[in-house]
Amino acid sequence: MNIEQQDFYTQAILSMAALVGLTSFLMLGQGRLLRLIFVFALQGLLLTLTTALAAYSTNNHHLYISAFLTLVLKVMFIPWMLRRQVLAMNMHRDVEALKNNTALMLTGASLMVFSYYVLHPIVLTSSAIMLNALAVSLSVVLLGMLLMISHRQAVAHVVGFMSIENGLFFAAIVATKGMPMVVELGVAFDVLVAAVLFGIFFFHIRASIDSLDVDRMNRLHEVDQ
Amino acid sequence: MIAAYLVLLIPAIGIVFFALNGHTQNCGRLNTRFNALTLAATVWLALNVLNNGTLLSAGKALIVDSFNVYLIVLTAFIGLTTAIFSGPYMEHEKQRGKLTEKRLKVYYSMYQGFMLAMYLVLVTNNMGVMWVAMEGATLATVLLVSLYRTPEAIEAAWKYFILCGVGIAQALFGTILLYYAAVQIGDADYALSWSVLLDNAGKLNPEILKIAFVFMLIGYGTKIGLVPLHNWLPDAHSEGPTPMSAVLSGLLLNDALYAVVRSKMLVDGATQSNIAGLLMMVFGMLSFLVAALFLHRQKDIKRLFSYSSIEHMGVMTFAFGIGGPLATFAALLHMTAHSLTKSAIFVTVGHAAQLAGTQSMEHIRGLIKTQPKIGWGLLLGTVAIAGFPPFGVFTSEFLVLVATMHSYPWLAPLLLLGIGIAFAGLFRHIQPIVYGEQPEGQLPIEVNLWPVMIHLALVLWLGLAIPDFLANWFSKATLLISGSMPL
Amino acid sequence: MNWLIAVIQTMLFVALAPLLSAWLKWCKCLLQNRKAPSLLQPYRDLIKLIRKQPAVAEQASWIFTRSPYIIFSAMVLAASVVPLITVDLPTTASADVIVLVGFFAFARFFLALAGLDVGTAFGGMGSSREMTISSLAEPAMLMAVFTLTMTASTTNLALAMEHVLNEGMVLRPSFVFALFALILVAIAETGRIPVDNPATHLELTMIHEAMILEYSGRHLALIEWASQLKLMLYGVLIANIFLPWGIAQALGAKALVYGLLAIALKLAVLCALLAIAETLVAKMRLFRVQEYLSFAYLLGLLGMLSHIILEASR
Repeated sequence: MNIEQQDFYTQAILSMAALVGLTSFLMLGQGRLLRLIFVFALQGLLLTLTTALAAYSTNNHHLYISAFLTLVLKVMFIPWMLRRQVLAMNMHRDVEALKNNTALMLTGASLMVFSYYVLHPIVLTSSAIMLNALAVSLSVVLLGMLLMISHRQAVAHVVGFMSIENGLFFAAIVATKGMPMVVELGVAFDVLVAAVLFGIFFFHIRASIDSLDVDRMNRLHEVDQ
Repeated sequence: MIAAYLVLLIPAIGIVFFALNGHTQNCGRLNTRFNALTLAATVWLALNVLNNGTLLSAGKALIVDSFNVYLIVLTAFIGLTTAIFSGPYMEHEKQRGKLTEKRLKVYYSMYQGFMLAMYLVLVTNNMGVMWVAMEGATLATVLLVSLYRTPEAIEAAWKYFILCGVGIAQALFGTILLYYAAVQIGDADYALSWSVLLDNAGKLNPEILKIAFVFMLIGYGTKIGLVPLHNWLPDAHSEGPTPMSAVLSGLLLNDALYAVVRSKMLVDGATQSNIAGLLMMVFGMLSFLVAALFLHRQKDIKRLFSYSSIEHMGVMTFAFGIGGPLATFAALLHMTAHSLTKSAIFVTVGHAAQLAGTQSMEHIRGLIKTQPKIGWGLLLGTVAIAGFPPFGVFTSEFLVLVATMHSYPWLAPLLLLGIGIAFAGLFRHIQPIVYGEQPEGQLPIEVNLWPVMIHLALVLWLGLAIPDFLANWFSKATLLISGSMPL
Repeated sequence: MNWLIAVIQTMLFVALAPLLSAWLKWCKCLLQNRKAPSLLQPYRDLIKLIRKQPAVAEQASWIFTRSPYIIFSAMVLAASVVPLITVDLPTTASADVIVLVGFFAFARFFLALAGLDVGTAFGGMGSSREMTISSLAEPAMLMAVFTLTMTASTTNLALAMEHVLNEGMVLRPSFVFALFALILVAIAETGRIPVDNPATHLELTMIHEAMILEYSGRHLALIEWASQLKLMLYGVLIANIFLPWGIAQALGAKALVYGLLAIALKLAVLCALLAIAETLVAKMRLFRVQEYLSFAYLLGLLGMLSHIILEASR
């Protein structure tokens, strides 16, 4: 089915999917923490818009609530908290040298292809549109993991963690127009608690290794030496 | 059904209560009382289920059937005995200056929070809420792992947080796929209710469910500690306070496996094949063998036993994967026996480490001379966990072996080999600890080994003769999971 | 009749180009709290320059003296194939996007040659920088353009615009990417901030200005005019491909007037946005330009991919 034959809602969702995927790539290649956080907030904003769009098109009121929660949590609270940490640690001028940026991007691209491959059986039962949207959200999840692997700063890890959440949330919105209310509230609660815990952890990590460079946490080994 | 609500309500009150007065003198005892109350509620719940069969709450929010009710009782029981041990233990830690009052507040409050999350995982009928509770369990325990605030503890907690958080996100993706498959066949309101899904499993799209299961297995498998997603487990166990290690090993791993088995039941219903089981077998076997080999290279006593946990979770996952009635029965039995034994061992290990003042196995020596109670406890626990007759672990491992011979005979040698390696790995470390020369100036400490004795006695009982009501219970659960009665 | 309108449209292009850059400058002055020059200032400058006798270096060959005329006519030819107020013209039917890119490349080639011709240090430096940037910008531009042409199944600009018009309001992910890519390329190619700063002659950073440093009199006037034309061409391309609404599809007087008003409005808004962006963004180091352009290329590529993956039928 061509895109011209889809309704406006589907077109908008697809555009959002493409943009959300783009933000994930932008985060992957970003060595400056403040910009990373900004792109993360941007992704949250896209997510809010998508949720609001889904709420409007299905006339589903509880989705407005989750759109609002996303706005407050992922566009405002978490970026604000991370930004404050970065400024407090005076890390906003550091540029993290990413080893082999090109390879990183290529890995990211192959992860995207991989998620299409994994989810391909879905196309048998539903539209190709659904496959696209789900594949993009899975690749956001995988790119979030790649972000965590490739960056050394704890702040970047948290951003990766939260962008994984974003990918999941996007999947829930596009595939099923949101989860049941109780689950969504539960997930939002978990995200909030996780964000607060991360804040506490930054404090502890700084106190213990005087930096937020996760690579310097290397005391524990798989096999004791 | 009131009992089920009580089971959730008591720990919820506990969180608030201890958050306010968790620093007071007799908190350890209060914590014990809270857990005892919950245990009473669970026993009441169990009697209900025994008499009336599966219970479903209004709105199909909660479900208690013969599979989860015994896990609920087991959870409450281990929660109680660990609480009995943790009171004096934490008091001792406080006197050594490793903890402040504020952190004790966090500890007791989060202990109850963790228990609440565990009960919620078990009783909920909603796969989404199950995920939320599972994540909640991580969040509740992550501050407990870092309770001592040493650099190692913080590193372990960070690893635990990140790995489990990322891992379990995969399970949410699986849950979303499941929901997606479910809304296609019917009512969106109950589309995540496990009982409704099971009734309609045949109509669910098998392709989507297969993908969903892979994600759920990876997600909850991280929590089970399946290789290669196990890295957080030894760190979290070794760096957290010992009562935490006991409940993590005895409860959290079980509940994660419980979630996988619940998902497997849905997938089996939809695909009409054992593809989910095969996946579980592969991961289970891999974890079992790798963990058994890693046992040999450990130097920290708590890490040693956490690798042993990975090994046993591997056996259970493998057995659930085989899937027949015998294997399922064996897995359920193994779950019980392992939980009881492992929490007993961690309690003993905690005392041993306090006695020696270190967790490094090179420096823990001559326990049986300094304090025979601890020495014998550790020895018997190790014997039990290594799968010696007449303990319960032997019975269940034997049953797993029989089931393997029956279905996949060519895997039986691998299983035997793994058991042998694990046995050697445990004993080469534990033998000098128990019998070796005691260092000078090592003095006995005040201990409370009642929980250990009770646990080991129960495991022994399980090994000698499974009591009738328990066998009955397991059989019912087996019927529910595998579709036919064992034996 | 059609040919007449085509000629008029091209004339309009040529005539309005200085006005557009005056408007851009005016917006920037307003944003930066400066007193803006009159909107007619570029015309005055051009007239002043044309009146003056050009001073030509002794070593200059014929390339140096002929180049301004070649560049200017290439730009005028390019302007003649881009639909400004109407799509229904004989010239637009004969030429397509690839020809347009060819005209741009032709003009750039002679500009770079002219920069080298006199043999001054700055000219050579400017030419080498210009070629570096354009070699990076061209793939990105082609990627974006191909995304559009694949959607419309034609490389003809007028047909592509008509395709978008007839389809009505369709939200395409690929167009979003292609739009961003084309905007980035346009900024680089027309020498705006953050790639080049048209307002300075700072030797370390200048690119375009370095090449034309030796020009004076009517030669300079033609080159300036050509670069104003280029800015307008890119503006019209972006405005008319992605938002073609308002452009005349038939040759009525009313439709043409509406078309003119629409494109004027679109260009005014576009340039105002450009002015805001130029005020907010600092010029980047020359060596960062390749990062910027590879990002544009990435966007173009993503646009292409999302066209194939998300939109094509299967």
